[in-house]
Amino acid sequence: MLTDATEKTPPTRGSAAERLQAMLAELRQWLPAETLVTHPQELRAYECDGLPAYRRVPGAVVIPTTEDQVKRILAAAHRHRVPVVARGAGTGLSGGALPDPDGIVLSMARFNRILSIDPVNRIARVQPGVRNLAISEAAAPHGLYYAPDPSSQIACSIGGNVAENAGGVHCLKYGLTVHNVQGLRVVTPDGETLTLGGEALDTPGYDLLALLHGSEGMLGVIVEITVKLLPRPEDVAVLLAAFAALPAAADAVAGIIGAGIVPAGLEMMDNPAIRAAEDFVHAGYPVDAAAILLVELDGTTESVEAQARRVRELLQRHGATRVDTARDPQTRARFWAGRKSAFPAVGRISPDYYCMDGTIPRRRLAEVLQGIARLSREFGLAVVNVFHAGDGNLHPLILYDAAKPGELERAERFGTRILELCVQAGGTITGEHGVGVEKLDAMCVQFAPAELERFHAVKQVFDPEGLLNPGKAVPSLHRCAELGAMHVHGGALPHPELPRF
Amino acid sequence: MAEAAIARLRERVREAAATGTALEIVGGGTKRFYGRSVYGEPLHTTGLSGIVHHEPSELFVTVLGGTALAQLEARLAETGQMLAFEPPHFGAAATVGGMVAAGLSGPRRPWAGAVRDHLLGVRVLDGTGQLLHFGGEVMKNVAGYDLFRPMAGALGTLGVLVEVTLKLVPLPAQTETRALALDQAQMRSTLERLWRSPQPVTATWYDGEILYVRLAGEAPDVAAAARRLGGERLPDDTALWQDVREQRLPWFHDPRPLWRLSVPPAAPQIPLPGDWAEEWSGAQRWLLSDSDAESVRRAAASAGGHATLFRGDPGEDEVFQPLAAPVLHLHRRLKAIFDPHGVFNPGRLYAGL
Ligand SMILES: Cc1cc2nc3c(=O)[nH]c(=O)nc-3n(C[C@H](O)[C@H](O)[C@H](O)COP(=O)(O)OP(=O)(O)OC[C@H]3O[C@@H](n4cnc5c(N)ncnc54)[C@H](O)[C@@H]3O)c2cc1C
Repeated sequence: MLTDATEKTPPTRGSAAERLQAMLAELRQWLPAETLVTHPQELRAYECDGLPAYRRVPGAVVIPTTEDQVKRILAAAHRHRVPVVARGAGTGLSGGALPDPDGIVLSMARFNRILSIDPVNRIARVQPGVRNLAISEAAAPHGLYYAPDPSSQIACSIGGNVAENAGGVHCLKYGLTVHNVQGLRVVTPDGETLTLGGEALDTPGYDLLALLHGSEGMLGVIVEITVKLLPRPEDVAVLLAAFAALPAAADAVAGIIGAGIVPAGLEMMDNPAIRAAEDFVHAGYPVDAAAILLVELDGTTESVEAQARRVRELLQRHGATRVDTARDPQTRARFWAGRKSAFPAVGRISPDYYCMDGTIPRRRLAEVLQGIARLSREFGLAVVNVFHAGDGNLHPLILYDAAKPGELERAERFGTRILELCVQAGGTITGEHGVGVEKLDAMCVQFAPAELERFHAVKQVFDPEGLLNPGKAVPSLHRCAELGAMHVHGGALPHPELPRF
Repeated sequence: MAEAAIARLRERVREAAATGTALEIVGGGTKRFYGRSVYGEPLHTTGLSGIVHHEPSELFVTVLGGTALAQLEARLAETGQMLAFEPPHFGAAATVGGMVAAGLSGPRRPWAGAVRDHLLGVRVLDGTGQLLHFGGEVMKNVAGYDLFRPMAGALGTLGVLVEVTLKLVPLPAQTETRALALDQAQMRSTLERLWRSPQPVTATWYDGEILYVRLAGEAPDVAAAARRLGGERLPDDTALWQDVREQRLPWFHDPRPLWRLSVPPAAPQIPLPGDWAEEWSGAQRWLLSDSDAESVRRAAASAGGHATLFRGDPGEDEVFQPLAAPVLHLHRRLKAIFDPHGVFNPGRLYAGL
């Protein structure tokens, strides 16, 4: 154990690398050996998250097991001014957990216990490294589940979900992570613990709980989470509708919601996505369709049937060429299988793909999808669309080959143009994957300097030394100025008549 | 028109910032009883009135902050929509900005979410007179820190809500309220059963004798749930739930201080003297009591929640449960980002904030 005297050693001067070494020397005195990873071979495993286009080998990885260790590690990092990048499961798609070569990765992987399940109050207290799906599995014997279900739910951690404010197929009806978390324990960069919210439905003061959601590991390290659990619905139906044209499918989405029906999930796939998925998992999708919609309805058996009738009618009225309904669990699973494996399916047809995450108002779906198709021709790169249509959250997958010189850059430029399109349509550059390192430039398009300044000020409040995940999530004003990116105001670009490349 | 009104507000705020004048932001003035007293020149938002954008096929509405809440709700009802959190008005003059700032949610809250859960974006005038835009119109948006949801419940201490965008939900197809004569123990076990199973409950009220349960949703679900629940059907339930929401029921007519305890729904009976009533399946409990603040807060905390002196004179004390030191510290510093000169509603949420 470390004595107080050592913990109070004055901050080391010297280069970033020297400060890191000094901090590690200090950690070695009290951290169990298996908690610290420094072997170059092992460090490689942490060089990227789910966005492999960005890679950096961290200076070291620390894998603590207790909150007290987290506090002392952060305090040491604070004293030595060493950057800390928190990491959950590393499935993030924006480079949020990309390491700093002169910093440590703080892996929360061993915080993997479900601390309590309280079925009577319908909450569970869990550690941040618990996998998303594990919560629903643990709650299942009580007839309860945790609603937000990112496609990555078998792997991603609940701490990462909070840090990204993750969404999923069922978020249309049941909300995002921020709507399903009631409490957090957070360790701040100077080693303080904050308790935000808890067992009651609300908490006094400013809504710091909301502020921490989607904060991408920039404001504090989440060490405990109280999530809401919901009763499992009695019955579920999934409708699969085929369309001969994409705009018709897009209109059907607006039609369903406009009719006052909020399905549990409402997803769309375009023809290339249908083909890729069908090839991969043989879900029985209509491979000739221009688009399919998957509509999930839940409730009592009677209401599911009533809603299914109405939705079928709406789909047909909007030009669906075929509507199939799955009532039994096997068929439902088959309908979803294609959607759920769409990303890996696309991975089979293209050496690389780049997943975008813009969100737009539903009524602009058809128009923005057409815009993306136009850009696809312009950039000479194919696009596959598979996305959360109900809440307007697009996931265009840009296909490219990193081995071909210049293709990655072309894909990135194409992606930026898609995000601009989303902002112009009144939407946002990221619906659920976060900014990370990937969308820093796009942030300059969405926000004016005044708002960006406030974001930096918030960071200052929580992390005055800028040690938590430095350089992520919010671009410097300087970067935006350099980029000359035009902040899109009120959905209108300056000089829209000028062609832009 | 709105732009001119915003420009006038901005001028007032700049002046106040320059001269160190405190401003009390006033919408309809219907919730002035809530929170600590503020001494400041009134800054009226009622010039900012109107629905900016509402397209029924999209589940959102953008409204200027000074718009009458009643006007908004009437418009939504015409298109078969509503604010899911069923906010209390506490007077005909209530404005949408005030409703968001107060952050109070009505009977439907535990099932549908709170104000903050339905806030999608804000335009806010900060304490230096700068207009800032956070969030937007879409349901999913994780670009930048979430600085819009924290505006809900901040009681105007971070800025003037010039415009807000709120998520909407369709009106339920069918609504029915059942009345069940139950003692405490029966009430608790009934609520627990309802809470743990997928029932279409959207409100509960219990004042010690009768448990009222509102069911709403698809017609067959409501009918089935009503059969299972038993009790008697209330012929016309609209008035009951409005009176619960607006605290117009005779139960609330009492000279004693009114405490709001926010606790886990299944928390056992809280050992404090006074009269109890409860909503939100047990998660929101009302207490009329002369107990001292310290005891009420301690009891609320040990039940897993917190207490607010909802109506009554706090004197120099806090109205809301005091914050832990590091959390209060963050509050002060966040306040300073938005209102560095301490112009807006000083002390309304917490002393010194
Ligand atoms: C195939 C695939 C499908 C996906 N589908 C979806 C989807 O449907 N919806 C969706 O929203 N996302 C999706 N994602 C993205 C990703 O799974 C989510 O962003 C997820 O929330 C990340 O969790 P993680 O544990 O992997 O976090 P990581 O990638 O490890 O980290 C993500 C961010 O959170 C921070 N962080 C992690 N843990 C903590 C902590 N304890 N305290 C503070 N900060 C922390 C990190 O610093 C980083 O900034 C998908 C990813 C893949 C690969």
